[in-house]
Amino acid sequence: MKEKAIHVARLKRSFKMGEDTVHALNGVSFGIEKGEFVTIMGSSGSGKSTLLNLIGCLDSPTSGTYKIDGVPVKDLDRNQLAQIRNEKIGFIFQSYNLLPRTTALENVELPLLYNNAIGVEERRKRALAALEKVSLSDRLHHTPSQLSGGQQQRVAIARSLVNDPVVILADEATGNLDTKTSYEIMSLFQELNKQGKTIVFVTHEPDIASFSGRTIVLRDGKIIRDEQNANVRIAKDDLRTIPKQG
Amino acid sequence: MRMLNLLKISFKAIVLNKVRALLTMLGVIIGVASVIAMLAIGEGSKQSIKAQISSMGSNMITIRPNAERQGGVRLSRSEMQSLTLDDFELIQSEALLLTNVSPQVSGNGQVIYGSDNWPSNIYGVNPEYLAIRVWEVQHGSMFTDAEVKSASKVAVIGQTVQENLFTNGENPVGSMIRFNNIPFKVTGVLEEKGENTFGQDQDDVVLAPYTTVQKRILATDYLQSITASAISEEQSEQAVEEITALMNKSHEIQEGATADFEIRSMEELISTFSSTGELLTLLLVAIASISLLIGGIGIMNIMYVSVKERTREIGLRLAVGAKNNDILMQFLIEAILISVTGGSIGVLLGVSATFFIEKILSWPTSVTGYSIVISFAVCAITGIFFGWYPARKAASLDPIEAMRYE
Repeated sequence: MKEKAIHVARLKRSFKMGEDTVHALNGVSFGIEKGEFVTIMGSSGSGKSTLLNLIGCLDSPTSGTYKIDGVPVKDLDRNQLAQIRNEKIGFIFQSYNLLPRTTALENVELPLLYNNAIGVEERRKRALAALEKVSLSDRLHHTPSQLSGGQQQRVAIARSLVNDPVVILADEATGNLDTKTSYEIMSLFQELNKQGKTIVFVTHEPDIASFSGRTIVLRDGKIIRDEQNANVRIAKDDLRTIPKQG
Repeated sequence: MRMLNLLKISFKAIVLNKVRALLTMLGVIIGVASVIAMLAIGEGSKQSIKAQISSMGSNMITIRPNAERQGGVRLSRSEMQSLTLDDFELIQSEALLLTNVSPQVSGNGQVIYGSDNWPSNIYGVNPEYLAIRVWEVQHGSMFTDAEVKSASKVAVIGQTVQENLFTNGENPVGSMIRFNNIPFKVTGVLEEKGENTFGQDQDDVVLAPYTTVQKRILATDYLQSITASAISEEQSEQAVEEITALMNKSHEIQEGATADFEIRSMEELISTFSSTGELLTLLLVAIASISLLIGGIGIMNIMYVSVKERTREIGLRLAVGAKNNDILMQFLIEAILISVTGGSIGVLLGVSATFFIEKILSWPTSVTGYSIVISFAVCAITGIFFGWYPARKAASLDPIEAMRYE
């Protein structure tokens, strides 16, 4: 049987806030197959950020099991988690989180700097390939301040691709972008998904969710809906309907 | 591989903050430069004192009569009559740790040549005296042992005497001078020796056979002192002990009684001066070390601010897979790079400052290899020590919180 990219079962995460215990996640179970494009939705406080941190191995669950690419991560220490993040996960953030005053190429190379198995040439080759995929081959030596928001997010996407991860985790990746640029980014995600990338996309915009194949909706730390989208929109087609600006 | 990457990352961080890095380095630069300059000045003065003493003959040993009371009156050393030619002959024949021995009698008076005259000192010695004092004859030659035996009226003169007597540039060698109206034939002129440690002009001297000076000028058969040289500087202490034993025996000095002679070696003089010099150096280095310490605190300060400022960057690095140690090393290397670069600039500055001190103030200086090595090592240690705390803090950040940090 093929390994699931992500498998969570009865996942719980609670925080101590003074006297009270807050159950941010209260028993969540689902699986994501390789090659799926899943959106996780929910209002603020629904536990979607907590879930994303757990999937991203940035945090450890209070109870329950979590396997990424068949590897259980519950009892791993800080450094082992770092290695999982380095090899199996690609992060994309709402505010891009690129290193300032550092070129696009160097930003994309960053995750590979922490992988001993990859040499200088291989690193450069992979970074160039990743930037090619996001159509930024002509902006290799631009620093973030010389790039538009959409371009910066594309650099961030290239960075998430460079280690050939099991899953790409995007946290409100279009939150800071205008509609047109958002659609362009979604179009890029759909393109990557078509090439076989597994994508988990966290958002609170139903509009953005409709570009993915499956939507998981959280409320108060529990899944209230988990269904395949009957009508997946194609971002590239929708782009044409947006009137040109200026 | 990993180390090289970290080095690159740290290097880049410094390059991106050139001015701040330079300002941080300033403390270390000044600290190291002052340590090196201070040590160079201390070492230089120590060496120049040592060189001056050595020019008098660093393995020189002097035996003098000890001032005694005679009927309640303390006599001056020169009036003492306890040192004789017998002592000289005894030391010359029996002492094994000595290379050269010379008796010494001295007097002062007026030297006259033609219409010029000059007040000077006459030293009655034997030819070995020059070897003891590490002195050479520049023109002509030293008088011989035969001339000593026959008490010939011959002399060699120092540069000061030559300058003041032979004012028209005549060649002194072969000419006749008079000392207290006794005529002497000049056989040679000594090379210039300059002032001694006490500011005395060593070139204002006339050397003549001790026999001649005893008979013609002083009319005594006593010696004022015996000068000798030990085989080496290291063995001069043993030589002193050897002579003391010989003299105690021949002068029948009881154990515990005050001897009627006194023996001094240059070694004692050198160590006295050296210890003063060392204390001075220590003081200078202590002051300089404090400035190095302040430089280190400056590094810690900046690194601490830098970690705070780059919290989001640290969060991102952790998120994409940097391990605790990667972050720790990144900031530690950055601190070390700053301190070591500062150290290198400090070494350059210290050495050139030393050079200018020597050129402009004409103070004797000497940059020692160990001072450079030590201050460099201290720099690296400063970097590690003061970089550790901020680096530790960076490495222990939680990636989720660090990325949210504003």
